[in-house]
Order: sequence, then C-alpha cells, then structure tokens
Amino acid sequence: MSRLAGVTDLDARRKQALEAHEAAATVIAVCDGPGCNAAGSAKVAAALRRAVADAGLEGSVQIKTTGCHGFCQCAPVVVAYGDGLFFRGATPDQAPAIVEAAVNGQPIPESVLYRHPATNEPIALERDIPFYAHQERRLLKHASHIDPLQVADYLAVDGYAALARALTEMTPEAVLEEVKQSALRGRGGAGFPTGMKWELCRRAEGDQKYVICNADEGDPGAFMDRALLEGNPHSVIEGMAIGGYAIGASRGIMYIRAEYPLAVRNAALAIEVAREMGLLGEDILGTGFSFDLDIVTGAGAFVCGEETALIASIEGFAGEPRPRPPFPAQRGLFGKPTNINNVETWANIPLIIRHGAAWFSEIGYERSRGTKIFSLVGEVQNTGLVEVPVGMTLNEIVFEVGGGPKPGRTIKAVQTGGPSGGCIPASLFDVRVDYESLAQVGSIMGSGGLIVMDDRTCIVDVARYYLRFLKSESCGKCTPCREGVPRMLEVLDRIASGEGSDADIDLLGQLGRTVKGASLCGLGQTAANPVLSSIRHFRHEFDAHIHEKRCPAAVCTALITFHIDAEKCTGCTACARACPQQCITGERKQPHVIDPERCIKCGACLDACRFDAVVKE
Amino acid sequence: MIRIEIDGNAVEVAEGSTVLEAARKLGIDIPTLCHHAGLTPYGACRLCVVEVEQRGRKRIESSCTRPVEPDMVVRTDTDDLREYRRTTAELLVAQCPDSKPIRELAERLGVQNVRFEGRGMECILCGLCTRACQQKIGTPAISFIHRGVDRKVATPFEIQSDVCIGCGACARVCPTGCIAIEDMGNKRVLRVFNTELELQACSECGAYFAPQRMIDRLKTETEVTEGLLTRCPACRRQAIGAVLRQAMR
Ligand SMILES: Cc1cc2nc3c(=O)[nH]c(=O)nc-3n(C[C@H](O)[C@H](O)[C@H](O)COP(=O)(O)O)c2cc1C
Ligand code: SF4
Ligand code: SF4
Ligand code: FES
Repeated sequence: MSRLAGVTDLDARRKQALEAHEAAATVIAVCDGPGCNAAGSAKVAAALRRAVADAGLEGSVQIKTTGCHGFCQCAPVVVAYGDGLFFRGATPDQAPAIVEAAVNGQPIPESVLYRHPATNEPIALERDIPFYAHQERRLLKHASHIDPLQVADYLAVDGYAALARALTEMTPEAVLEEVKQSALRGRGGAGFPTGMKWELCRRAEGDQKYVICNADEGDPGAFMDRALLEGNPHSVIEGMAIGGYAIGASRGIMYIRAEYPLAVRNAALAIEVAREMGLLGEDILGTGFSFDLDIVTGAGAFVCGEETALIASIEGFAGEPRPRPPFPAQRGLFGKPTNINNVETWANIPLIIRHGAAWFSEIGYERSRGTKIFSLVGEVQNTGLVEVPVGMTLNEIVFEVGGGPKPGRTIKAVQTGGPSGGCIPASLFDVRVDYESLAQVGSIMGSGGLIVMDDRTCIVDVARYYLRFLKSESCGKCTPCREGVPRMLEVLDRIASGEGSDADIDLLGQLGRTVKGASLCGLGQTAANPVLSSIRHFRHEFDAHIHEKRCPAAVCTALITFHIDAEKCTGCTACARACPQQCITGERKQPHVIDPERCIKCGACLDACRFDAVVKE
Repeated sequence: MIRIEIDGNAVEVAEGSTVLEAARKLGIDIPTLCHHAGLTPYGACRLCVVEVEQRGRKRIESSCTRPVEPDMVVRTDTDDLREYRRTTAELLVAQCPDSKPIRELAERLGVQNVRFEGRGMECILCGLCTRACQQKIGTPAISFIHRGVDRKVATPFEIQSDVCIGCGACARVCPTGCIAIEDMGNKRVLRVFNTELELQACSECGAYFAPQRMIDRLKTETEVTEGLLTRCPACRRQAIGAVLRQAMR
C-alpha cells in the first residue's frame, strides 16, 4: 500500500475503490463475525467461491467476507447485493443455489429462506426483515459491505474523508466545537459528554498527551465493541486520529481484551495499513500532523475497563483502580494528560465530522443524542446487534426489533447495563432507553447489553448470577466491594435455597447502600444495582422464595421438584437413559418414576422427554 | 493556601493537602485504617469516607486520598457516612474475626454484633506493608496477589524472596500484627512470606543480630562505617562509648 501524499491522493484512491466496486455486478457478503464463524461461515465462503468459479462468474460476482452483520440468530448470514437478498443459516452445499439466486434475483432455497417468526411469511430482502427495518443503522450501516482487511472497502464508503476534512479544513478547536455541538456522550457506560472530556484534556498542561480506546468490553453478553473493531477497525482508527488532533495528542493506544483475538488481529492489520498509507504516523496526509497508534492487549478483567485500572494495566501494573481525582485528563497514562473513550464513542467521531453535529443530534431524546448499539440477547425472538436512536422505548426494542417473546412465553423484564445495571419490569417498558430515563427506573444505560428475561427466568437467580460475576471480578482493593459483594451473594444464596427471611431483605438493602456509597471505583459503586433494582421491582418474587419456599419461575433448584406425569409418560425410557444419577425407574412402556431422594434436579430428563411428561415445579 | 469548609468550620491548608489532613487540623476525628502519614495515600479501607460538595454536586470520597480544592464543602458525620463506616467495619470484623485492633475499631464505630460468618483471615488487606516495603525500603519484596476475596499479600510466586532484606518494616506498620518475624539461631524467619534470611554474627561477641542482606544494603546505601555495621547493637554502643571516652579524655 503506497503512501498518500495528500488529500488529492486520498480522493484518487477512493475513486479507484469505487470503480472497482461498481465493476462487480453482484456482491455476496458472508458474515464472518464470531457467531457466524462458529456456525461455519468460513466453509460457506469457500464453497461460494468454488460455486462462482464453477459457474464461470468470477468477473461479475464477488464474494466478500465481512464483520458481524448483527443478526447472529440466523448464523451463518449471507447477503447478496444489489437488492440485498438475505440467506439465513447458509451451508456449503447450498452455495451453488445461493449464487444462482444472487445472480437471478430469486428464488431463495427454502432451507436458507428467512421466515417471519410469528407469521411464517417468507421475507427475501434484508431491509424488509423487521429486525433490520426498525433499526437506525449509522455505525453499522456498512457492516455487511466492509471486508475489515480491505481498506478500499472503507474508502469506498467515504472512509478517512472526515480525517482529511479535519486536518485540512478545520482547526483543532473547530473539531472540538463540532463534537461538543453534537452532544455525543460516552458510550462506555457513564455517558459523560465527549466534547467536554476532550476539552479538559486539551486544556491540561503537558508536553505529551495520550488518547486511549477502551475495548475491554467485559459485560457478560455484550459484544458491540468487539463487532465494531472486528468489522470496521478503520472507523475507530479514524476517530482516534481526529481525537488526537483535537486534543493535541500524538499517541494513541487501543486497549483490547486478549479474549478478542480477531479484533486484535483486524485492528493490528488496519493500523499497519493506515501507517503504510500515511494515515497514521508522521506528517499525516502532508498536513504536518503526526499521530500513531499501538495496541495493548488486556488479560480480560472486567475491572480493567475502569479508566484508572486500565491505565495501570497499560503501565504494566496490576489492574487496580485508584481514587479520582486526579482524573486521567489531569494525570493519566505515565502521568500525562490522557483521554479515554469507548470504541463506539470513537467510531461516532468520523460520522460527526463528515455529516456535521446537526445531523448527528437530529435523532435522540433530550440530552441523549445519536444512535446506540445494543446487544440484544436472552429470551426474545430476534437476538443480535441492534442500532437504534437513543431514546427509543424498551417496548419498541424488545417487541419490534426483537420480535417479542419466544412462542408461548411472556417477557417479564430486561436487564440493561449488565452487572452494573438493573432490571426493568415489563410494566415499565414504555421507558425510553436514554441515560436519564433509565436512571429514573433504577438502572443505567451502560455500554449496551440488553438481556431479555421471560417467565422462565428467576429474578433471584439472575441477581445471584451477577453477584457471582462481580465477586470474581472485584479486584479486592477496597473493603465494601471485596467483602460486601460476597456477603450479599451469601444472603441471596440463602434466599434461593428457601432459608431466607424478611431480615435478609433489609440486610441486602443495608449492604447494598454501603457497597454503592463507599466503594472506591465504579465496579463496586454499581455492584448492588442488579440486586437493589430487582428487590424494588420484583419484591413478590423474593417473598415467594422467602415465605412460600417457592420459585415462581421454577429455576432455584432447592425449591423445585421433578416428577413424571403418569398420564403422559409412554415408557419410552428416554429419561432414564439421560439421567446421570440413574434415579429414574420403570418398565418399558410403563410410566416411569423419579426417586426424589437421589434426583439432583439437573433437568436432563426434562430435555430428553418427547412427550412433555416430565414436570418441573 | 486553600480554604475549605469542614462540618461548618473554615480551615486553611497548603495546596496539595488532603481533606483528612485538613480535618485533623480542625481536630475532627475521621477513622482510618489503610492510611499512614509517611506513605502514599491508597484509599482502600474506605473507613475515612466523607461527603464532598462542589458546585452543587455531592460525592462520597475517601478523605485520605482527596486533595483539597478551593470552595469545597465537606461533611464528615452524616447518617449515611455513619452507616457506611459501621457496615464496612462489620465486614472487616467478619474478615478478621480474631483481630483485637479491628474489633476495637468496629466497636468504636458502633458495630454491636456481626451478622456474618468469619473468614478467619489475619491480614486486613490495608496495603501498609507493601507500601512500606516499596516506598521506604525500596524493595518490591511483597505485593498483593490474586483478586477479590482471594487477595493476599505475598512474595512473587509465594516462595522465598530473593530481595527481602528482612528489615521488618512491614511488621512494624501492620495494624493487625499478623506479620510475625522470628529469629531462630542464625536465621530470621518471615513465616507468612515463606522467607528465611541468614543472620550476621557480631564481629565482637558472635551473637546473631541482623540479616546479612540488610547489612549489605546499609553498607552500600548509607555512610555508616563498616566497623559499626558488623557489630550487634550492644557491641556497637560499647564501641561508640569507647570512642567517646577516648575523645573526652
Ligand atoms: C468496572 C468497570 C468496567 C468498565 N468497562 C468498560 C468497558 O469495557 N469499556 C468501556 O468503554 N468502558 C468501560 N467502563 C467505563 C470506563 O471507565 C470509562 O468511563 C469509559 O471508557 C469512558 O469512555 P466514554 O466516555 O467514551 O464512555 C467501565 C467502568 C467500570 C467502573
Ligand atoms: S470497588 Fe471493587 S473493583 Fe473497585 S477498587 Fe474496590 S474492590 Fe476493586
Ligand atoms: S499484612 Fe498487615 S500491613 Fe500488610 S496488608 Fe495485611 S494487615 Fe495490612
Ligand atoms: S484510610 Fe482512607 S481509605 Fe483507608
């Protein structure tokens, strides 16, 4: 990749990229995000390439592997452009049929055809699928058009135009002002106004300043940042370079968790290419501005997402937070003024500079503007990555984008903000998903995890899950978090085993207040949220465990029993063969019986029975 | 000088001072556990938390780490703070149930009974020893390992330290007294750190008196004459006495 001397060179390279794109009549995009990759997308892509070669279509059909498209539920996902024909669950043996459909425009083979989960009606085009139709995709707009290893793909969608514009047409102050005007707020959790944060760092005194991209992404169930870095690393690089220009930082670091090897690889390759092209390094685009980036991999501790712990980790110390102030903008990496932003925050920057602050903030709600990517997971029809305007209601996200509950179930709550957030009951689903509204119902926006729970999810059990996570992720430096979180877990364990009392609810409240109020860092300060919010909204479930010794969702093992409905049992012996305890007895073709004494309540029989004869209650 | 208000009283302290220092200047008693005036602030025990109000925003912060800023309004004794301190102290007693200093501290903060089963630890994880070792002695012999409830102070890999000089600074600052240092024959034993050091025999009387490594360190880093360093304290006094008598004669 040769070095670009200036903006004219960049424009010429962009033109080349566009021409090459237009030359291919059909582009078949194979999602190679982790979900699709695990489902065999690499084999599908290879089969598609063979099918194209066999049909002699190399000149007119191009196979592209891309980052995550978002609709992980349908893995492996394949989309064919021009029209955007959508193929779900693609397999290598369907490759010739997919190529044929892509070229002729139809028909999509039944086995890879998407059908509406409720109406069963076939939907051929990506844009008509409700999951996509209700989104507002800005950051993910090109998710299925960009091969992360081909910078030409990014150039073709106006990549690096914002950097060129900032460096040649704007002063650093003007860039800063544009970001402030946009009202962008940090996407990493706390929602601090990005422009204001940059300004603090810009104003701080220091010969050397740093910008950092926080890609530690530790919330269980969240994968927005991974998808952005894997699928479109250049957008993050471009955002950081613009930030470096506005802040006056000549060095940047991407802190990526080592559990994201693909993100590390794609980001590293993109940095290398950007450097070769002179989009990073000395004298970028001949403007005299110099900025370079390095990657540091973190060992995957949740607490290392906290700014001061992250800095300690980069410096080679244990990832433990320290009290602020001094804030990183005053004294950050190696003691120098440092600005840390989340991956998604950085990825928004090129869009703001390219389209303007007004464009960015035209959508959103009150003080929360722009779009936000969520990873929608749990008990909904459509799971995956969704990008919606900030301030969309939970109802719209869960029922329109997410397609509502799975067959026969009812949705009862959503957890936002992961282990730092809270659960929101279905009765409050008209709440808007923005920083302030979520705080009012006892949760937080967080970094974008949305976990949907239905009537088979036990709220006490979910709270226990988060506390177990936090107990093992607490760094242990400060007393309230290190000692308080495990004690809260003990109390919840007691309640889940049917041995809780009303005093335990008070004890949880008291511990929760202290853990929240007195802990050193954000991990501890938010650790009680899942418990406190579930007591606030689902007190009746706690009461059922405490007073009736009953788990309404039939999850808490100490409070449930398994037995076999003799009416329904056909005596097929499937359960007895599945039982690891061998505690199910019965003659062939006769009703079977579970020995409650030996049953460990693993549920293997329930899964094995094809006649719904195993009852859990 | 910076002027702030604490519990309704104005106080002026030098820039760079902490809220804890300012409060102490006013004679306000804030409990501390992980703080030591000679070591860098750490902010771990959270007993010293106070409410800091600035520009209309209230935050709970550890006073031992919080630098003073102009126009700060600090409260050290609200109902919330008392609850935080009491609950934190109860958690500390549950962590180290057999530690008398910790139980006394908790009692002082209003803990009447402890509702949790004891964890049986002796170390309260205040980090005074590790800071003393690193900042005062300059040896990173001990530090925290593991995280969360498994956190503890140890030498690297929990084996014999090859940099510990056996000075005992850690034991000296430890609030629970859980770092026992025993001299047995020609060995100094730091059981909790799996470390044993050779003791040096006095060049006069032959008694073992100080770790070899510590003396080597003093030789290279101080200007004390070697003749004094190789004598035990008693013989050293004698030697100095002899010199003085000589001089006075
Ligand atoms: C325990 C903990 C974990 C965090 N993890 C992350 C993370 O994985 N990614 C992230 O961007 N921010 C994380 N944050 C928030 C960061 O500390 C910081 O606020 C954020 O990176 C700032 O960027 P933003 O202003 O762009 O949101 C975490 C905070 C805490 C307290
Ligand atoms: S709140 Fe938890 S994670 Fe944060 S410093 Fe304290 S112990 Fe460590
Ligand atoms: S050994 Fe003593 S000084 Fe060191 S951390 Fe434990 S309690 Fe504190
Ligand atoms: S004395 Fe301030 S946190 Fe321990």
